[in-house]
Amino acid sequence: MNVLTLIRKNLTRNTLRLVLNCFAIFIAFLLFGALGAIKNAFEAGVEVAAADRLMVVNKINFTQSLPLSYVNKIRSIEGVNNVTWANWFGGYYQEPRNQLMTFAVDPESYFQVYDDLVIPEQELDNWIKDRQGILIGERIANARGWKVGDRIPVSSNIFSQQDGSSTWEFNISGIFRPENPQTDTSYTLIHYKYFMETQVWGGDWIGWVPLSTDDPSLNEQVIKAIDNMFQNSPAETKTATEAQFSKAFIEQIGDIGFIIMSVVMSAFFTILLIVGNSMWQSIRERTKEIAVLKTIGFTAQKVFSMVLAESFLLAFIGGLLGLLAAWGMVNVITPLTQNFLPALVMGKSVFLSGLAFILLLGFVTGIIPAWQAMKLNTIEALNRS
Amino acid sequence: MSKQNLFELKNIAKRFTKGKETITIFDGLDMDIASEHFIAIMGPSGSGKTTLLNMLGGVDRPSAGDIIYSGQAIQNLSENALANWRAQNVGFIFQFYNLMPMLNAAQNVELPLLLKKLSRAERKKKIDAALTLVGLADRARHKPDELSGGQQQRVAIARAIVSDPKLLLCDEPTGDLDRTTATEVLETLQLLNKEFSKTIVMVTHDPAAAEFANLHLHLDKGEFIEQRNNEAVA
Repeated sequence: MNVLTLIRKNLTRNTLRLVLNCFAIFIAFLLFGALGAIKNAFEAGVEVAAADRLMVVNKINFTQSLPLSYVNKIRSIEGVNNVTWANWFGGYYQEPRNQLMTFAVDPESYFQVYDDLVIPEQELDNWIKDRQGILIGERIANARGWKVGDRIPVSSNIFSQQDGSSTWEFNISGIFRPENPQTDTSYTLIHYKYFMETQVWGGDWIGWVPLSTDDPSLNEQVIKAIDNMFQNSPAETKTATEAQFSKAFIEQIGDIGFIIMSVVMSAFFTILLIVGNSMWQSIRERTKEIAVLKTIGFTAQKVFSMVLAESFLLAFIGGLLGLLAAWGMVNVITPLTQNFLPALVMGKSVFLSGLAFILLLGFVTGIIPAWQAMKLNTIEALNRS
Repeated sequence: MSKQNLFELKNIAKRFTKGKETITIFDGLDMDIASEHFIAIMGPSGSGKTTLLNMLGGVDRPSAGDIIYSGQAIQNLSENALANWRAQNVGFIFQFYNLMPMLNAAQNVELPLLLKKLSRAERKKKIDAALTLVGLADRARHKPDELSGGQQQRVAIARAIVSDPKLLLCDEPTGDLDRTTATEVLETLQLLNKEFSKTIVMVTHDPAAAEFANLHLHLDKGEFIEQRNNEAVA
């Protein structure tokens, strides 16, 4: 036996209490892990946003279009490195419930701005040459089992062709992958020109202008220059960093982070009361044993650290099981949420913050009982019947 | 018997404050405890027996006076130093055994050894020796609730002697036992005194238990009113 065994024996002496406490902590960390993964999935765009990438949209809102001519004007601004443009297509595959997020983009410049996406050179060349080509994000390719060379119909729930059909046929020219695994690739890219020429409304308008700057330190200057350039024009612009743009997009749904953290913190506070009270009661029940330990030579500090260690051990057992269960649960539901929450992954950051919360829980629930054990009056405790 | 003093208590005072009242337990108590003696301290309830025992064990401190153990004054040692001193020098035996219910006999005996830097093999050797000495080697894996009262007290004795302290302090060690079992326990204590040279200070109400000691001290109102050598044992 060693001191750790003694701590373990103390912890497991009341099996029912241990199981209930562990279960309470387990539930709290299951919630923490699963909701943390959901929160991160919503905020994935913000986290992986490139520091030097800006987005220009219509000042009214991003569903309003901008003239295509803005692209060249923006390109001329000092500090701007690469510029591309994109338009919403609103795609689905076969049935409207099979959403297929599709952007009509400029093939030549898109990957200059989005240089954190990886595509084999040959596949990119094939796409640029094929007006009916479509590039598929890796996540979609994996989910649907599509491969290069397949021909797929993509329908739009917004646009239709001049012949009245709202379905376009595309050849899969390539599959793009992210450099950072958290980057979302659950979308497809088609040729802007082909889209514009075949859809019924025509026109030289675009949805938004992504661009990169020479250096992130120039972002503010470039943002001001762009928005000043188009001030008082029929289509005023609002320029923001990619991170700000993603954040604003998410905030349309609501403050997801706040909602999730409120739920998690409520669970934590409840668990804190339950486990803290239980630890306190457990120490009260064995004041005489603690007094005996001190009598036979255990120092007050040693008793303090043993009680605190017991609290940490309890938090770790329940907490780690909860995080592991959350990880398993997220892995199980991820394939089911591809359409509306493509970046649902329980990443390292959730796991590490979970560990930090486990430590915090262990400390907060253990510190008072440990302090009481340390300060226990040995004589009074021994005289207690 | 002329043996070197293990303890010298000089002019010991002990006072408690209860509300506005100050209760004096001892006021100028002097006492010498010779090495390898088996002392029985008797006296009525409230006479200060347990308080004296606690002060000898470094669990309680005197309000004034010196407690000198092998030439070292212990009353002013820090809490940590006192804990270490207890771990090195004192074994405690309580009336209600005070064993840890979730540990088996061997693990209970092992507790004081967790404070020493010993290998697992060394610890096991000491545990086996202590349990054999008290006649419970075959009960090593039994938990306290699987042992009789006498067996539990013998486990407590094994725990007290496993780290080989010079001094054993016993607070009513047979107070919760029947006569036959009490006699077995007292014989074990006597063996430890005679064969293993342990100095034993035992607080008891039981005159029959005191007969196993070689010195009887009668304490009343904080003073020794009677001291008697037990010729039968000496």
